[in-house]
Amino acid sequence: MVTVLLPGPLRGEAGGASRLSITAAGTLRAVLDEVATEHPRLARRIRDERGELRRYVNIFVDGEDCRHSGGLATPVADDAEVQVLPSVAGG
Amino acid sequence: MATLLAIGTAKGLFLATSGDDRRTWEITGPHFPMTGVYAVAVDTRRSTPRLLAGMTSSHFGPSVATSDDLGASWDEPDQAPVAFPADTGVSLGRVWQLMPAGPDQPDVVWAGTEPSALFKSTDGGRSFELVRSLWDHPHRPQWEAGFGGQAIHTVLPHPRDPARLLVAMSTGGVYRSEDAGASWAPGNTGIRAYFMPNEWPEFGQCVHKVARDAGNPERLYAQNHHGVYRSDDDGRTWSSIADGLPSDFGFPMVAHPRRGGMVWTFPLVADSERFPADHRCRVFRSADAGGKWEPLSVGLPEGPFYPAVLRDAMCADEATPGGVYFGTRSGSVYASRDEGDSWSLVAAHLPDVLCVRAAEV
Repeated sequence: MVTVLLPGPLRGEAGGASRLSITAAGTLRAVLDEVATEHPRLARRIRDERGELRRYVNIFVDGEDCRHSGGLATPVADDAEVQVLPSVAGG
Repeated sequence: MATLLAIGTAKGLFLATSGDDRRTWEITGPHFPMTGVYAVAVDTRRSTPRLLAGMTSSHFGPSVATSDDLGASWDEPDQAPVAFPADTGVSLGRVWQLMPAGPDQPDVVWAGTEPSALFKSTDGGRSFELVRSLWDHPHRPQWEAGFGGQAIHTVLPHPRDPARLLVAMSTGGVYRSEDAGASWAPGNTGIRAYFMPNEWPEFGQCVHKVARDAGNPERLYAQNHHGVYRSDDDGRTWSSIADGLPSDFGFPMVAHPRRGGMVWTFPLVADSERFPADHRCRVFRSADAGGKWEPLSVGLPEGPFYPAVLRDAMCADEATPGGVYFGTRSGSVYASRDEGDSWSLVAAHLPDVLCVRAAEV
């Protein structure tokens, strides 16, 4: 199972859960697609309607920033940890 | 009967309610904290008034929420209420305007967005669909972005003819439809675009806000990026009504909802000096459709005043006598319960005020 860790501001969109267990693996896109099936409102906070990762949302796959490891095509192992974090932005 | 004043700010929505004919206000919020609320509407066509809020999180994107209990609770659909179809290749930046249609279309709500597009809801604002005819307009590739982004910020249904609709955008100008949105034509004749080589183009003007006259729906008022205009032919042609104002620059333009010929605006010095005219906090009112203007400042701050008032941060209610409201970029909100003759402070020290809307509920 892939574990998806959610930041505080997004937990309300997942029934208060701080982590989700996802059966899909292979790529980050597949993981996020399964998240969208179960929690569509959570999913659209993370990706826009084109499926692109929002500019100020970061995702780390086993500690690696996905933007430096293939984006949504980043490989995700069956037991990987996917952490969603808002970037440092805003005023 | 109470008066509800919805105040959209850069960091959430505040709701002010008055139960004593707009003398005192109770404020709740922020609703949707840390989101920019650029659009808010109070849809009073329904048996239960519906609030609509268009909010944008800098991290988690834009959305639209509705409330049928005056903001006690909010509902947001699972699927994005406003989203561009996949074939457009673009994503929603933010919703700039939420506008209920006329009383003969009680479930229709329009949304103006960034990038410049018009969306239509037929379920009271729960879900919206892109108006393809405007998106596919051959002028669209030439529409430019103003400092605030390229957006449709004004949507004006015609009160008697549901086939007629007007939108305005920065920067692109006014577009009109006479066939319920099936086709669109620019309506900018007479509006100067001083920032372009051809100062009188067919389109490309930087319209800041358009308002429709209460008594004559063919009559419109426009505050432009320099230039204040009136149209007497439903937006086909325009003529200047800037004489008598201290400046022709500013953002809001509000028409009295029941009294024809009465409008309010808040002039700024100039494009290059975006402070209130003469550095004073004054609303300007015309009671004769822009023929003459008078400054209104009783009860407003005296002395030097520097905050601007943004395009949607001024509104009027439908009470008698008419109420007028405006919010500043320094987070103050003022109200008048006598059409602008005198003013009082509703709230201070809020985040930047982006929009205000008032209604009897």
